[in-house]
Amino acid sequence: MIENALTGSKRYWTWVGFLLVVIFIGFLFYLRQFHEGLGITGLSRDITWGFYIAQLTFLVGVAASAVMVVLPYYLHNYKAFGKITILGEFLAIGSVVMCVLFVVVDLGQPFRAFNLFLYPTPNSMLFWDTIVLSGYLILNALISVVTLSAERKGIAPPNWIRPVIIFSIPWAVSIHTVTAFLYAGLGARPFWMTAVLAPRFLASAFAAGPALLILLCLLLRKITKFNAGDEPIRKLSVIVTYAMIVNVFLVLMEFFTAFYSSIPEHTAHFKYMYFGLDGKANLVPWMWTSVVLSIAALALLIVPKWRRNFKLLTVACFAVFIGLWIDKGLGLIVTGFVPTVLGEVVEYAPTFPEIMITIAIYAVGALIVTVFYKVALTVRGEIIYDRIKPGAKPQSVETIGS
Amino acid sequence: MGIDRRGFLKVSGLTVLGIASGKASETFASSDSHGHTSDGTTKRYAMVIDLQLCKEQEGCTDCVNACHHVHNVPEFDNRKDEVKWIWKDSFHHAFHEQEHHYLDKDIVNHPVLLLCNHCDNPPCVQVCPTKATFKRESDGIVMMDWHRCIGCRYCVVACPYGSRSFNWRDPRPHIEEVVDDFPTRTRGVVEKCTFCEERIFEGRPPACVEACKHGAMAFGDLEDPESRVRELLRDRFSIRRKPALGTEPEVYYLV
Repeated sequence: MIENALTGSKRYWTWVGFLLVVIFIGFLFYLRQFHEGLGITGLSRDITWGFYIAQLTFLVGVAASAVMVVLPYYLHNYKAFGKITILGEFLAIGSVVMCVLFVVVDLGQPFRAFNLFLYPTPNSMLFWDTIVLSGYLILNALISVVTLSAERKGIAPPNWIRPVIIFSIPWAVSIHTVTAFLYAGLGARPFWMTAVLAPRFLASAFAAGPALLILLCLLLRKITKFNAGDEPIRKLSVIVTYAMIVNVFLVLMEFFTAFYSSIPEHTAHFKYMYFGLDGKANLVPWMWTSVVLSIAALALLIVPKWRRNFKLLTVACFAVFIGLWIDKGLGLIVTGFVPTVLGEVVEYAPTFPEIMITIAIYAVGALIVTVFYKVALTVRGEIIYDRIKPGAKPQSVETIGS
Repeated sequence: MGIDRRGFLKVSGLTVLGIASGKASETFASSDSHGHTSDGTTKRYAMVIDLQLCKEQEGCTDCVNACHHVHNVPEFDNRKDEVKWIWKDSFHHAFHEQEHHYLDKDIVNHPVLLLCNHCDNPPCVQVCPTKATFKRESDGIVMMDWHRCIGCRYCVVACPYGSRSFNWRDPRPHIEEVVDDFPTRTRGVVEKCTFCEERIFEGRPPACVEACKHGAMAFGDLEDPESRVRELLRDRFSIRRKPALGTEPEVYYLV
């Protein structure tokens, strides 16, 4: 099956080659970080988690969101998602791999990572996060391989896979809940000490993940013969709409409790995020960009006429994805540290090597998704062909049914 | 359908229960191993710092120097990479939740000594995924195994007192004079004050207490009613940092 990834158009290989170059450059920067220590990042004694851990947090959401196609399809028998369920599962695999890589590059002693398993410590949420993330990776890999091989042979998937799929649904919820628990149980960090953190993580995940899936479906429709069809995309856009509304609602709840109580240690973080504190305001332009994008996205999604227009839907999905990336991938983690536990306002910005390593990990994710989508679509006979060269021949599909 | 919705709800409910019970058993376990047991064999070490005596010695850093010297703590010239076990910080930073406008300026304008509080309920120990940091039940000292630490820095995030430092770079080139009888650390691990457990073992007081010529620091066993720390806490009014968090810090400040 995987051999389908080794044949492809020029465009396919150019894209794969580009990703490999990006990964290689990032790897060189990682070697430098490995050699010199995390001192080459913008992290400090005061702001000890930053860009890497924030990406982990955001991508756990993207991974968990696969449940938004798996659940309607397998639990409610919503047939329209049949074509894209595998795309959701592969997106989840790519995301979880990125999550694991972001944890590894953030470790001071990566070669000791196995101490997590040698000395299992159930009172640490990081231990549970490792368990749920690796479990989710195994579940999705198993499910997608089994269902896709069955499809390739033209037979129904074996019966035993069904309970595994059903099991993966609550498991998907658990990965983002446990990731929220990493933060939400720390008395030292009042900004994260909120019971709505896990629900908020899930809501934002169920908006950002399906938004990305819509964008990928529309992209595949453009550059390949694969057409997910209008109905599943419309259904996904409704899911994005509701999830985004719930997410914005929960953020507003946070504002209310912080500012109505006006407890300084709660308001200070929000003030830093949106207005700056002590003249320090690195995040302010980003956070307002996120606010504008979220409002624009909500408008485009809530009005049915606009939501059904695929051009506007594309804009809305970009706005949702980028808006939520800023919120979770930039704002949420760093702001937990500003002000510090000593009440000081210290700022953080990722350094160039840190950004290059981050981009490289995203490239690994993109490569995984590209290769797996290529395999899945070829198995399904939705042949990828090159639209740049007019008259380019579709590739062979001899693997189908062989 | 192999599994219906009811079955699905059962599975998801059991998953949540499993995770919650793991956590709950830990919580109950820690509540009965509280440190303050009085069977006569366990100790509970604590530090008492006299802010009045300390503030009289403007600019004195004897305790900091002594500690950082005997423990091979590196000196970085930038704040970002800083490693510190004990340091002087403003009253505002040390007690920012207990401030008001009319406090004695004499107290407020003088720095406060900060170090690991060796909490009874240490959040750093709770979050460590490898047990690289742990609380010794025999004397309450919060210890670290620098060889087991994976450098995830979860403990740094969880500590409400900013007492933990991470080695962002190789510390060795930044140690002025390496002391042979104490290990140096490597980059990528967390470190902090250990109440000089290596000196206590030999019956000596912690290096900072020994170095303080002004008697502003006292160290001892809270389980012993006759100890100097118990005497000071009986006779004088004392405060602790962020007591509302329930961490039960064991560094007390006399005001």
